[in-house]
Amino acid sequence: MAALELDVSNGEFEKLFGEKAKELITRLENNDVAGAVGLIQDLQKVRDENLYQEIGRLTRALHESIKNFKLDSNIQGAGSEIDEAHEGLAYVVDMTAKAANKTMDMVDAALPLSEGISTEAVDIKRDWQRFLKKELAPAEFRDLTKRISVFLDNTESNTKKLNGNLNDILLAQDFQDLTGQVIQKITTMVTDVESRLVNLVSMAGHVDQMTGIQHDIAEADIDEVDPTKGVGPQINAEEKEDVASNQDDVDDLLSSLGF
Amino acid sequence: MKILVVDDFSTMRRIIKNLLRDLGFTNTQEADDGSTALPMLQSGDFDFLVTDWNMPGMTGIELLKHVREDERLKTLPVLMVTAEAKRDQIVAAAQAGVNGYVIKPFTAAVLKEKIEKIFERVDG
Repeated sequence: MAALELDVSNGEFEKLFGEKAKELITRLENNDVAGAVGLIQDLQKVRDENLYQEIGRLTRALHESIKNFKLDSNIQGAGSEIDEAHEGLAYVVDMTAKAANKTMDMVDAALPLSEGISTEAVDIKRDWQRFLKKELAPAEFRDLTKRISVFLDNTESNTKKLNGNLNDILLAQDFQDLTGQVIQKITTMVTDVESRLVNLVSMAGHVDQMTGIQHDIAEADIDEVDPTKGVGPQINAEEKEDVASNQDDVDDLLSSLGF
Repeated sequence: MKILVVDDFSTMRRIIKNLLRDLGFTNTQEADDGSTALPMLQSGDFDFLVTDWNMPGMTGIELLKHVREDERLKTLPVLMVTAEAKRDQIVAAAQAGVNGYVIKPFTAAVLKEKIEKIFERVDG
């Protein structure tokens, strides 16, 4: 990104203003009214010139910012950085949903296999124990050996499938790397936008100073969110007083209410 | 036991449905927000409602209030499963008549415990 020359307040204006003001008082004390009026006109001129300069700088900085962020899609034709951030975040939602669904598909396919192995093993174990206690008739024993043979074949192929599913589950976690990269890129962009905005605000401050404009920002700061709408997951919940950081906190709170 | 699972994320609905199936509840249906869920509840014979809070359209807390105001639904057990963790919100849900409150991320054990507790109280 191009270096910014936004914060140009070399104090020239204040210095000149101060000098002229002192001179004005001296002239008034010496009853030089005509000279004093001339000085007031000079002061006005100094202020106006500086004001135009500052507004010029502000306009240029705004223009630069718009160009850099490609906010004005008319200029570039290409998508703005904000558009890119939107697309990036949609990609994150999409990737995480796909990974979650793939993992659940694999688990759904794996559960009947492992349940099958477990059920068959329980069955065979029961008859095997009867065999060890010599309670099994010869015909039952022949049947048992056949079942063991089938069980071993099934276990071999089913565990192979299970291993495949576990590997697929492992691979489905690659979303963390891909979405992480996208999110880091967006974080950098947001930090960039923030520092440019801070610069613009500071430049606008100079203009305000010269024109004597005072903003009433107290009201704009109050932006209370309606809690019934839901605010989403709490980040760093442990550090917040008004937030339950885990299920135990919730249970304690509810039981204090007579639940 | 017929259960309605309401969440705007299909993956979360799937997780909850799978956990419920593990607990032996196989008759489940899904809705993606309160405004879809309410008519389903009014026309179907559901025995239990599991709902998220933060959803587009009608939120879970609004759904809960509508359920409690409805003459035929007002005794329906409702479990809130949500990422909303502000104390004010939990108190508001309790005041609106929720039967259980589970915060995300949750474990299968927690979900099981809360569901069992609700039915102990309802049956007992």
